[in-house]
Amino acid sequence: MADTKEMKKALLGPILDSNPIALHVLGICSALAITTKLETALVMSLALTAVCAFSNLFISLIRNQIPSSVRIIIQMTIIASLVIVVDQILKAYSYEISKQLSVFVGLIITNCIVMGRAEAYAMKSPPGMSFLDGLGNGLGYSFILIVIGTIKELFGFGTILGFEILPLVTNGGWYQGNGLLILPFSSFFLIGGMIWFIRTIRPEQVEPKE
Amino acid sequence: MSAKKETLGKTILIVVAVCLACSIVVSGSAVGLRSLQQTNAALDRQSNILAAAGLLGEAKTKQEIADIYEAKVEERFVDLETGAYVENPAKGTGKAYDMYGRVSKAADTSVAVDGSPAGFSRRAKVASVFHIKGESGNVERLVLPVHGSGLWDLMYGFLALDSDGKTIRELIYYQHKETPGLGGEIQNPDWQEQWDGKKLFENGDVAIEVRKGGTEGDQYAVDALSGATLTSNGVENTLQYWAGKDGYGTYLSKQSWKS
Repeated sequence: MADTKEMKKALLGPILDSNPIALHVLGICSALAITTKLETALVMSLALTAVCAFSNLFISLIRNQIPSSVRIIIQMTIIASLVIVVDQILKAYSYEISKQLSVFVGLIITNCIVMGRAEAYAMKSPPGMSFLDGLGNGLGYSFILIVIGTIKELFGFGTILGFEILPLVTNGGWYQGNGLLILPFSSFFLIGGMIWFIRTIRPEQVEPKE
Repeated sequence: MSAKKETLGKTILIVVAVCLACSIVVSGSAVGLRSLQQTNAALDRQSNILAAAGLLGEAKTKQEIADIYEAKVEERFVDLETGAYVENPAKGTGKAYDMYGRVSKAADTSVAVDGSPAGFSRRAKVASVFHIKGESGNVERLVLPVHGSGLWDLMYGFLALDSDGKTIRELIYYQHKETPGLGGEIQNPDWQEQWDGKKLFENGDVAIEVRKGGTEGDQYAVDALSGATLTSNGVENTLQYWAGKDGYGTYLSKQSWKS
């Protein structure tokens, strides 16, 4: 087992230092689509973190048995099975949200973060560290989604998790909701802004000029 | 990457083992959680019927929805050919009647649908209809299940009519696979609102339309969804079919819920 420092790096590193969205720019599609409300963003974060952590764990457990000629398809099979399980659990315990997330839960299968970590990390590392790495990358993804979901819901709808914070003009309040933030593509601006922010406090992430 | 794990036999063995393990996990979760999912789906159906009935309002909890449903909604069964009420076809089986289930395929309980663009080849002979009862027990609204093909797949919804059997109150879709943001807008409350007060029939013929623009003040037309022509056409075909003689037409003209 690796030492505590290394474990901490695997778990917390992806939040700021090597964030899957901000540094690797992976998983943008779902980050655009389901961050309009914080609640869906939270559930999606949870689903992706669970899938990423457990797919890393299982793939790492059998990494020495996986023949390299079929490794991608085996990774896909494991990830797809986990996604189906997550989808079934959502349908059973949180039906409304699973309807809102619709295709995006299924699309976790194609989320580059999960595949990327399985191929880049879990195939080479022991199970414990792989699990932490998956958890960490899930947290990194969640961090971005939650920040964006909060900004979009607060300034788009004037609510957070459905509770009214800024009373909207349409409900007799004073706040005029920002229509742009209700639309999925506004996440482009917000993700761009976050990448800028993270690279300002972590200048080493800036790519060298070509 | 040792040479040992690249033999054909081992590769196949690993693939089969992984597939087997994964399929056990997947089917285990599907079977284990099915009863909870069915409860959720049934509750979702009830809340959609209440939404179509205009009764959902602030009801949020499972118990509230079930209570209102119990008090206000009565499920009846209609033979679509004669338009007359019949007994529950699933009586004695202990299960709820599902007009979209096996009965919509079996030769003795369904009829072929020919020449309709609604997008399905057979439908059940007997349909469920929902009476929404007022204070004195009279029927205030009718909620009729409708379905038809959209762009990607069948769209399932409830059409709520006034007790005159002609005036639309709501059209609520609860299950579809249309593109979110385009065809998926059939669930947008702003669009759903347009249906309130539209008329299904003009001089006894089905007249309701979904078309682009110029629908202001037209009581037989609803504005189509922009960017979703095929979905809008699907909605129109669905209503044309279900309001017509092959659908609820006979039942609606007989008005037997009034007696």
